[in-house]
Amino acid sequence: MAAVQGSLVESVDKKDIKTEPSEDGGGNNNNANDGKILSPSPAPTTPAEGNSTAAGTSVDQQTLLAVLQFLKKNKLSESVDILRREAGLPEDSLDSKGGDSSGEATGDAGRSADADGADASSLLSRVTVSSSAVAPAPTKAPSEDQPDVNVVLSAYSQQGDPALYEVYYKGLKKFIESVLDCHRAELSQVFYPLFVHMYLELVYNSHENEAKAFFDKFSGDQECYYEDDLRVLSSLTKKEHMRGNETLLDFRTSKFVLRISRDSYQLLKRHLQERQNNQIWNIIQEHLYIDIFDGMPRSKNQIDAMSGSLAGEAKREANKAKVYYGLLKEPEIELPLDDEDEEAENEEGKPKKKKPKKDSMGSKSKKQDPNAPSQTRIPLPELKDSDKLDKIMYMKEATKRIRLGPDNLPSICFYSFLNAYQGLTAVDFTDDSSLIAGGFADSTVRVWSVTPKKLRKVKSAADLNLIDKESDDVLERIMDEKTASESKILYGHSGPVYGISFSPDRNYLLSSSEDGTIRLWSLQTFTCLVGYKGHNYPVWDTQFSPHGYYFVSGGHDRVARLWATDHYQPLRMFSGHLADVTCTRFHPNSNYVATGSSDRTIRLWDVLSGNCVRIFTGHKGPIHALAFSPNGKFLASGATDGRVLLWDIGHGLMVGELKGHTDTIYSLKFSRDGEILASGSMDNTVRLWDAMKAFDDLETDDFTAATGYIHLQDNSQELLLGTYTSKSTTVIHLHFTRRNLLLTAGSYNP
Amino acid sequence: MEHLFINLCLFLAMAEERRQKQCSVILPTESMKAMAESVGVAQLQEESCVTLSEEVSYRIKEIAQDALKFMHHGKRRKLTTSDIDNALKLKNVEPLYGFQSQEFIPFRFASGGGRELHFYEEKEVDLSDIINTPLPRVPLDVSLKAHWLSIEGVQPAIPENPPPAPKEQQKIESTEPLKVVKPGQDEEGTIQGKGQGATNADGKGKDKGLIRLKPRSTHELSVEQQLYYKEITEACVGSCEAKRAEALQSIATDPGLYQMLPRFSTFISEGVRVNVVQNNLALLIYLMRMVKALMDNPTLYLEKYLHELIPAVVTCIVSKQLCLRPDVDNHWALRDFAARLMAQSCKTFSTTTNNIQSRITKTFTKSWLDDKTQWTTRYGCIAGLAELGADVIKTLILPRLSVEGARIKAVMEGPVVSNIDKIGADHVQSLLLKHCASVIAKIRPQPDNVEQYRIDYGYLGPMLCSHVMKARTQAALQAQQVNRTTLTITQPRPTLTVSQGGLSGSAGPRTPSIIKVPSSLTLMSPRPGTPSQPSPPATKYIVMATSAGAASTQQVITISSSQSPSPVTSTVPSVSSTLQPLVKLEPSGGPGLTSSRPLQKYIVVSLPSSASSSLETKSSVLPASISSTSLDAGMKLERSESPGASTQSPH
Repeated sequence: MAAVQGSLVESVDKKDIKTEPSEDGGGNNNNANDGKILSPSPAPTTPAEGNSTAAGTSVDQQTLLAVLQFLKKNKLSESVDILRREAGLPEDSLDSKGGDSSGEATGDAGRSADADGADASSLLSRVTVSSSAVAPAPTKAPSEDQPDVNVVLSAYSQQGDPALYEVYYKGLKKFIESVLDCHRAELSQVFYPLFVHMYLELVYNSHENEAKAFFDKFSGDQECYYEDDLRVLSSLTKKEHMRGNETLLDFRTSKFVLRISRDSYQLLKRHLQERQNNQIWNIIQEHLYIDIFDGMPRSKNQIDAMSGSLAGEAKREANKAKVYYGLLKEPEIELPLDDEDEEAENEEGKPKKKKPKKDSMGSKSKKQDPNAPSQTRIPLPELKDSDKLDKIMYMKEATKRIRLGPDNLPSICFYSFLNAYQGLTAVDFTDDSSLIAGGFADSTVRVWSVTPKKLRKVKSAADLNLIDKESDDVLERIMDEKTASESKILYGHSGPVYGISFSPDRNYLLSSSEDGTIRLWSLQTFTCLVGYKGHNYPVWDTQFSPHGYYFVSGGHDRVARLWATDHYQPLRMFSGHLADVTCTRFHPNSNYVATGSSDRTIRLWDVLSGNCVRIFTGHKGPIHALAFSPNGKFLASGATDGRVLLWDIGHGLMVGELKGHTDTIYSLKFSRDGEILASGSMDNTVRLWDAMKAFDDLETDDFTAATGYIHLQDNSQELLLGTYTSKSTTVIHLHFTRRNLLLTAGSYNP
Repeated sequence: MEHLFINLCLFLAMAEERRQKQCSVILPTESMKAMAESVGVAQLQEESCVTLSEEVSYRIKEIAQDALKFMHHGKRRKLTTSDIDNALKLKNVEPLYGFQSQEFIPFRFASGGGRELHFYEEKEVDLSDIINTPLPRVPLDVSLKAHWLSIEGVQPAIPENPPPAPKEQQKIESTEPLKVVKPGQDEEGTIQGKGQGATNADGKGKDKGLIRLKPRSTHELSVEQQLYYKEITEACVGSCEAKRAEALQSIATDPGLYQMLPRFSTFISEGVRVNVVQNNLALLIYLMRMVKALMDNPTLYLEKYLHELIPAVVTCIVSKQLCLRPDVDNHWALRDFAARLMAQSCKTFSTTTNNIQSRITKTFTKSWLDDKTQWTTRYGCIAGLAELGADVIKTLILPRLSVEGARIKAVMEGPVVSNIDKIGADHVQSLLLKHCASVIAKIRPQPDNVEQYRIDYGYLGPMLCSHVMKARTQAALQAQQVNRTTLTITQPRPTLTVSQGGLSGSAGPRTPSIIKVPSSLTLMSPRPGTPSQPSPPATKYIVMATSAGAASTQQVITISSSQSPSPVTSTVPSVSSTLQPLVKLEPSGGPGLTSSRPLQKYIVVSLPSSASSSLETKSSVLPASISSTSLDAGMKLERSESPGASTQSPH
């Protein structure tokens, strides 16, 4: 932060003032996170971030008024009050309030419905988004709110000679091409955002022909990974179009983040000042966030690796927060065997082989991992007897687990869905691999048993009355033998089912659908228990927490939500993505949630506070798959660009790139011990990667580098352990059994 | 209107997907006008048209982009109308109902008169037709099927998996053997050692520095493949026509056959060799149909096996005798069919380096020119040449028409030498007429004068003339239909039995080392079995039986966490089901036949008991018949063993 402002703003105290409100003001913005690290721009007006930047500028107040008006119109008096209070009160109280509400959430999450309800509503109002509001596009309220939009767009109202735009752009291009090689790559980053903003300015000021000419002339120069956005841009030729176009509004409301070394930045600044090139300078100051660092300018490769997202790279500050990526201590269970803490020791060899040494194991498991969150950081459901039994089963299975490695590849069993007629949209396995569920485009959810044990319903209430409740096998007796079948169909959704997830205890199944609901199904009665309504748009993905009870969902409304099964309203809303949230994953310790989005970023959210703690950029296409390593340290992500990227969560760095797939990656999974990463793709292949090697080779010294960048070796080919092609069967789900057999699923499309 | 909309969306979306630059594509204003007119707005101003079309184009693009999102989340590559419906729903627009189309793009394109037109094909359907048509089959319900994609890093060659080596790779393997990569594994050297374990793993690092040696080419057939081979070959030459059709269909379409290709090729060439000797027309026909099926299979790289297949085919074209009763049996059909096959393979495989076509042509011409050539061979040569196309007919056959005509005349009108010769001459005549007429019709200007024809073509002239005239009228009618793909057997069914036991033995014992049973059991070494003993064939399959027995307790792959994956468990269950018929086959082959069957020799042994007496004489004919058909030295059928006749002893 200091680095940024040092160059732009001379007054240090001003900076301090500004950072304070930003901590909380972020809540007012749709982009809760982006608001956090605020623009240090010295420009008098920062309209884009209107309501999130320091209150006091007239534009901000206008915006607030507009929002208030809107809320009033929609009879959301509570929100009006809160908003007014927040706007009116000094920053300190705001801060404390924020702390309060999050504290509340911690203590009460999942305990008391009332507290949660209040909490949720405060959360809601903080993002000025109300799911219950009947606004046409509730979750995008702030950006689609008419007055607000005008404010946003008015940033373009400055009049320059449209004919000169080309000259300006060309001049800058010439300059950047003439600078020293080491700076050229860095400065070239400016081209794209500049191009977009200049184009939009032209369009906004109704210089349609100039805009087209400008686009035709320079769109070819942009990096290929911006092609998708450019296409959207190209279709936008009229001022009226800008109003409804969310992508472009996002481009406006969030500053494009560039990371540039101080030297390069000075060079650019000097050039622009010498030339009196105010047009460009204004754009840079108003719409770009330049994250300046001291040190060597980055190379083209380094820049390319990190760029590609809709709004530039992540600010370094965004990834500075501490993340407790360690695993929770496994509960101690009285076993006929010894209790052992396996997952925590993945890295240290073969703990499960040493089962008899109970003492050493016991002491080890008691030692708290410094990176692990405290056991009670978020309230987790208590283990039931059946869960304990399952844990015991798990441990027994784990002792028989195959050690995988480059010389010991897993066997892969492929479950093909036949006669699905391209309708299969989502698949999930239970952790013990006994059940498989498929979501289909025809709105159905089907559950299969893949063991000889058939699926049975619980008997009807009348029949249950007749059962001897004292008998030992009461659990067996309540099942209705007549209903036994290999598969069951669950009807309820009214649109394609895009996400599906089993609860860890195998009693429930979640499904999310195009109809905007998430449904919770009982696997005892095979009926729908709850329909969670909150997303008003298609819900692309949902997943149960590894500890059960909580689940996360994300959808077209760009918000990821955290739910608890016994609350019909979300506990947390994670907003900040600039486009659809395409996939959601829980961290193994349930304290964090990772979301991937069409804006080509991955965000990690703290379940406790609802804050975004990591932003990973580098993908060049919408992200469709995420997987945490079993030790919680790493995250793997796959996107439509066919690449798998590996991330170090603790340091917030990209640590690997796996190239090989030729089409969208729809599934990723680490083996149970984290040695192997499997990826499944639309190109009909399953590929196995040596995850151990990928993470071992890290040069940890680089972590401290100011660039926040680690040198990536191009060793995809070495890390690739195997490629297995299926017969025109898209691979859409991968699952490692407890013994490390890889199960894959997909539908056969002849 | 809605059609248009849907279509536009589909078009645009697919264009987007193909990442085309669509910057300046907007709807033509004429469309706007047309649409306006269709809703009753006449006289739309040009300016409003432009504005409208820009707006509409923008909105359609927007919807198309949203629809793509649904396609991606639906994990599909094709955009469907439901995606567009969903995208419309996102925009709070009522979706368009009733445009579910099974076909991808439901409209047709027509052009003519300088106009291009896209239209939606809506047929008028008679309601009573719908009512009266029987209900279609209920579509199958979604079901789940498991198979092994990989077993400890190696992809098993089972039908569920894609063919281990695509045609390109087969080609690379055969043409550039030094770059051979083990099928089913990646091209990377490091992976290659994996299956073999530690020994190879050691050498992994050093690999790069060393000269790459041509690896020993292995042809391992899985148990399933062996069974498949057996079933297929049996069905192909068996007596059940339905089964044969299925088997041929399988050969023509299955993608994973390349590993069995050497066996099939040997099976065919050996089969032809033996059956020519025995004049077993039916079996020859079956074998030719197999060749046809192999050639129809797009995934096979046949070039490698032409040296076996072409001599076999040529034998069937020109062999002096193909059946027991040349006067009755329709061996001509076989010759025609084989000639077509030959022409087809010339078309597909002839290159400047192998010169198949010219070599074949030379061979045919040479034996045709030979005066001593029999009518049957003569017929084959002509048929073979004629099938090669109009050019060959024009340059090679037409000039010889008069000579051939004279020869035919000599037989037809001269003293009756033998009935067989007469039939032969008759067939040659009609063959010549058939093929030459159409060619002459093309190259010869009208009018068709009988006398002129007689002068030009001699004896055949007048007949040719009438045929040419017929051909001309036919050509005019555009009704020329020549069914060239199927072979119909006009011959009465021969009372032959095919020894299935002998068949089944042909693959295994001939090259026993190729068979690799996953459970590391090895097959019995080949030894000539005594036919009276049923045991040798039985022992052959004991291996499978034992392994099947071991695995029989393990059910089909269900949930696999409870069982450690091993090749045996995955491959063997299917064996156990198909094993039974195998064992049963043996005794059935035994009593039906009386000949001894040294195992390494016989592909198809089928001796009609009536023919056994004449066997000695026939067999002596064999070398001659082969030599007459063999091609240039390079293509000659090389046999290390002497033909079957020497070891064959009739009982």
